[in-house]
Amino acid sequence: MRDVPEQPGGGSPGTRLGAQKRPGKDGGRGGIARVRHILAIVLPWLLLAVTIGLWSVAAVSAPGTFELGERAGRNLWEFSLEMALVLPAMFVLVGLFDVWVPRTAIERHLGRESGPLAILWMVLLGMLQAGPLYAAFPVAVALWRKGSAPRNVFIYLFTFSAIKIPMLTFEVGFLGWQFSLLRTAVTLPLFIGLAYLLEWLLPDDTTIPGAPSV
Amino acid sequence: MTVLLAFTGFVLVVSLIVDRRRTLVGVVKAVRMFLSLLPMLVGVLAAVSLLLAAVPPDLLQRALGGGLLSFVAALFVGSVTLMPGFIAYPLAGVLKDNGASVAVLAAFITTLMMVGVVTLPLEIRMLGRRVALLRNALAFAGAVVVAVVMALILT
Repeated sequence: MRDVPEQPGGGSPGTRLGAQKRPGKDGGRGGIARVRHILAIVLPWLLLAVTIGLWSVAAVSAPGTFELGERAGRNLWEFSLEMALVLPAMFVLVGLFDVWVPRTAIERHLGRESGPLAILWMVLLGMLQAGPLYAAFPVAVALWRKGSAPRNVFIYLFTFSAIKIPMLTFEVGFLGWQFSLLRTAVTLPLFIGLAYLLEWLLPDDTTIPGAPSV
Repeated sequence: MTVLLAFTGFVLVVSLIVDRRRTLVGVVKAVRMFLSLLPMLVGVLAAVSLLLAAVPPDLLQRALGGGLLSFVAALFVGSVTLMPGFIAYPLAGVLKDNGASVAVLAAFITTLMMVGVVTLPLEIRMLGRRVALLRNALAFAGAVVVAVVMALILT
């Protein structure tokens, strides 16, 4: 069975963004809100331009004379590479998850009434993936929207960031077995507990904005 | 990463075979979500690139060298910055060789992975202000506990 994302207006993904980009429509709001909107649109590209600009200056000057620019450029390149490798796959999986997995299945296995087995699923799902924390946000949104209990979403987010099988060899290599094993052993139960605490702290009717679509 | 790509490819192919139209709907959703988040993502990545470039590596190493102040510094540096594992672990290895304590290393690694101040705008956008702020605050507290417990056991 296919379920429709619960969004007013037929879930047209462009509505929210479109509304934001038309400042003329919210004349009732103050100038500060408008400035913030414009800043939110311009700032990312400005930061990108500054970084690329610094890198270009470093590129045309003699090697070693402008390390700030060299480092900024190298960082940007590495981050972009990481993003390009992980994010498209994550988003495609989230999109397919959205159209194929029925809401009832998620509610039954990961919902508020779900048992301790749900913890195991979330830990497994989280630790098998590698990537920056922000790559897990779309998955978290998809799980939440499909009826997963908040605690399970947080267990997923925490294990995703804390325990990565693909990264384990790295950690062991640089910090040693003792450190890695103990860190995992302390982190896992503590953060599962924190996930429960987080669910308890949030009002029952908490909704998340998510991104447009999904 | 290769596993993720291979798995995604496999799922995509199976999905296409079973139902082409439904697969298309899913992929279009994925692309829309990605595009709507792209500007913010670009901003965050550029900001981190500049931030990390502005702090010379040797300054970071001296600041995290040892002592209680280093512990506090590690918590905050780890919270604010964002680094891929293949950069973070070698850096932690260098810190360890320079005499950083278990507490400092654990605090740095844990906050680095769990607390994201620079990615907060992105997280607020997707999970909402209340959820994002609470999650980061609890993750920070959890990182302190992990560091202290590890320091007590390993030293």
